[in-house]
Amino acid sequence: MAESIPADATHGHDVHHHAEQSFWSKYVFSTDHKMIAMQYMFTGMAMALIGGFMAYAFRMQLAFPGIEVPGYGTVTATDYNALVTNHGTIMIFWVAMPVLIAAFGNFLIPLMIGCDDMVFPKINRLSYQIFLLSAIVLISSFFVPGGGFGGGWTAYPPLSAKGEYNLTSLGSSLWLVAVALEFVAFLLGGINFVTTAMNARAPGMKMFDIPIVVWLIVVASILFMASVGPLIAGAVMLFMDQNIGTAFFDPDKGGDPVLWQHLFWFFGHPEVYVVLLPAMGITAEIMCVFARKKMFAYKTFIYTTFGTGVLSFTVWAHHQFVAGIDPRMANIFTVTTLLISIPIAEMCFIYIATLYGGSIRLTTPMLWALAFVAEFLIGGVTGIFLGASGADIYFHDTYFVLAHFHYTFFPIAIIGTFAGFTYWFPKMFGKMMNETLGKIHFWGTIIPFNGIFIPLFVLGGAGQHRRIYNYQHFPDLAGVEMQDLRVFATVSLIIMLAFQLVFFYNCFISWRKKEKDAGKNPWKANTLEWTAESPPPHGNWPELPTVYRGPYEYSVPGREEDYYPQNVPG
Amino acid sequence: MRPIANTRMAAGIPTGRLAVWWVVASEIVIFGGLLASYIMHRIAHPEWGDQAANTNVWLGGFNTFVLLTSSLTAVLSHKAATAGNGPKAARLLYATCLGAVIFVCVKAFEWTTEISHGYTITSSTFWSFYYTAAGLHALHVIAGAIIMLLVAETAKKNLELHRVELIGIYWHFVDIVWIFLFPLLYIAK
Amino acid sequence: MSEHAEHAGDETNYVKIWATLLCLLIVSILGPFLGIKIVTLIAAFGIAIVKAYLVAKYFMHLNVEPRYAVYLLTTMLVLVLLFFAGTAPDVMKHEGTNWVKPVVHVETHAPAQH
Ligand SMILES: [Cu+2]
Repeated sequence: MAESIPADATHGHDVHHHAEQSFWSKYVFSTDHKMIAMQYMFTGMAMALIGGFMAYAFRMQLAFPGIEVPGYGTVTATDYNALVTNHGTIMIFWVAMPVLIAAFGNFLIPLMIGCDDMVFPKINRLSYQIFLLSAIVLISSFFVPGGGFGGGWTAYPPLSAKGEYNLTSLGSSLWLVAVALEFVAFLLGGINFVTTAMNARAPGMKMFDIPIVVWLIVVASILFMASVGPLIAGAVMLFMDQNIGTAFFDPDKGGDPVLWQHLFWFFGHPEVYVVLLPAMGITAEIMCVFARKKMFAYKTFIYTTFGTGVLSFTVWAHHQFVAGIDPRMANIFTVTTLLISIPIAEMCFIYIATLYGGSIRLTTPMLWALAFVAEFLIGGVTGIFLGASGADIYFHDTYFVLAHFHYTFFPIAIIGTFAGFTYWFPKMFGKMMNETLGKIHFWGTIIPFNGIFIPLFVLGGAGQHRRIYNYQHFPDLAGVEMQDLRVFATVSLIIMLAFQLVFFYNCFISWRKKEKDAGKNPWKANTLEWTAESPPPHGNWPELPTVYRGPYEYSVPGREEDYYPQNVPG
Repeated sequence: MRPIANTRMAAGIPTGRLAVWWVVASEIVIFGGLLASYIMHRIAHPEWGDQAANTNVWLGGFNTFVLLTSSLTAVLSHKAATAGNGPKAARLLYATCLGAVIFVCVKAFEWTTEISHGYTITSSTFWSFYYTAAGLHALHVIAGAIIMLLVAETAKKNLELHRVELIGIYWHFVDIVWIFLFPLLYIAK
Repeated sequence: MSEHAEHAGDETNYVKIWATLLCLLIVSILGPFLGIKIVTLIAAFGIAIVKAYLVAKYFMHLNVEPRYAVYLLTTMLVLVLLFFAGTAPDVMKHEGTNWVKPVVHVETHAPAQH
């Protein structure tokens, strides 16, 4: 990446000079969007390992209460609370967000719209640095007196608001500061993404020539920016409740704890779509490439995305049906919640229609993409039960909710990430991954994943509440059949975690390979990133590309090759 | 070194200004969330009016005057920058900063008086909202003033004159927030 | 669209707008002294909206910016209203079937000044 690249002559005033870069300026303080993407990606993956380890520790406690967990030790009740809380927080805010939005957004947006970098490279770097700081603050909260925050990832007051209640006054404040810093990082990143995608498109690229994944990352960033404001305000208020002694959320002194729930979920529900949309975009790209077909109903898909985005702001109180909210409001939120399943179902049908009649190649990325749709469907369908306020009164806070949630977020955060990572790995490193190992890893992840959460649906239906340290204390939940299901889920989790070693081994040997065997365009795809070198140098192209057609012109009749890259004139 | 991406303008608004609009948009929901929370509490608690009566309308009004005037100097600075007169734009930005300083000093005086009368941030939820909302706004004033000083530094040398407009837009937004805070915290009793 | 910056300043008399804003400010301070509730509310919030409109239109130059900038900002305002509409029924409720919010008395060291 040290060679110098001639600037786009028509733009004249900037010449890229890349002197030999030191380790620090190349890997740590880089302003190159691809390097920042890698920083986000690997920070996110490291956090995923931490979050997965937490899941392992508390699942062991649930399956074998009181056991000395290998590698962790005894899980005390306080530990248990901190583990479940931070598992949720980490997986959503420090894994799904950085990997799906920040890493893929950073890597793909400039490459796919044909420009040399983000519009604000330094703000981009600042965004990652703040994000890293937030991760450090969160991890440090585990090692302060009292331990990490244990009030649930939703941080409902009054439990979260007072040290006397949660017994982790420092830990909960650090948790809150970490989350707030993370929001700042993604606001900076989001503004960068949206501005870049709006303004910096290659010449000739019209609105509807933009690849779907870029569209969806941009819409997701907008959803994030538009929804996070109230929660930032709420975080300020909660922080003051914790540390200054105000009573915004303390009913004893004139506050209102339900207000926090509204502030939280007004962000929290759109947040689901913030991480879902990039994963759906990644899936769409992969399906078109490996079905060798034009995207079915490209424009409808985009409009459906807008519809989802708008609707996602109207459903938030379905998380609060049992919080004592006004029952008339519960009716409204039930209706809107059921409505939002329509655009999502429509998107799934568009996937199926895209696959229909295609010449499908079951490569590893394609397997992940197909699995995404299949597994997310289960999550979506079980959501209908919870969106209906009547059924939710029974299911609320049971493992049914938990399993539903994981059937949506696991496909998004894990399957979506693996799909995108295996698909763009050749572009990122210039080398192909091993297909056999990739498939072993795929099946070794998908089968145990269902093994974890199908039993949890059953347990939830049987009335097992979440956030309970030891079910043996509850005669109704201590039965041996229920315990067997818990053990089954825990064993599945351990198998799934073990199979991740295959993934890291595969990454490692592929990355260590001597020759760069990927070439520019190993999948024969149309979008612009495949016209750059693999990996693309700083500045991406010696001469920035011009666009002549849409991104999904596969199997065009009368053409010798079955793909038609966006930058080929004619 | 500016990337070529930064110089493109497919959406019809220059990149810097487009980004500032997105900043303002995300700030609207931050202040909006806080003020909406305050307003719904305030409507449900008419008795908070007794507390609001203890705020100083005259000082609040004076501060509104200060901010409105600083908005005027900010927009005049933009005009000067558009005409290519960097030094004049910088002088007007310094005038705007002076407004920010006066605003913060008056605020400090107000708060000292109120606290010495026993109305602290923990006195009641009204006062919690009062200090939180005005404090968050004051932080924006301070941040804006610091950025403005940096922009004025380059504008003085006739460099990066487009930045004058960008900080101006942000400053007008801070002004608008205060335009709403003033009646919410001082006038409604 | 991009040339607006060169023209905007010439046509608008910024000082005049500023003077209008100050007049509105004086009305909004003096209006409440009449002691009529509806006048107070209109003086306070009606005028605030007018002031914000003037600042946004002429000082922020939204009058010459591409329309979508306005739509973007109004969308955010609509979202805030939506949040208010969904949240207010709960926060403004003082009692339910099984609960009553406690009435809170404020203690301060000094007597209130009214
Ligand atoms: Cu939801």
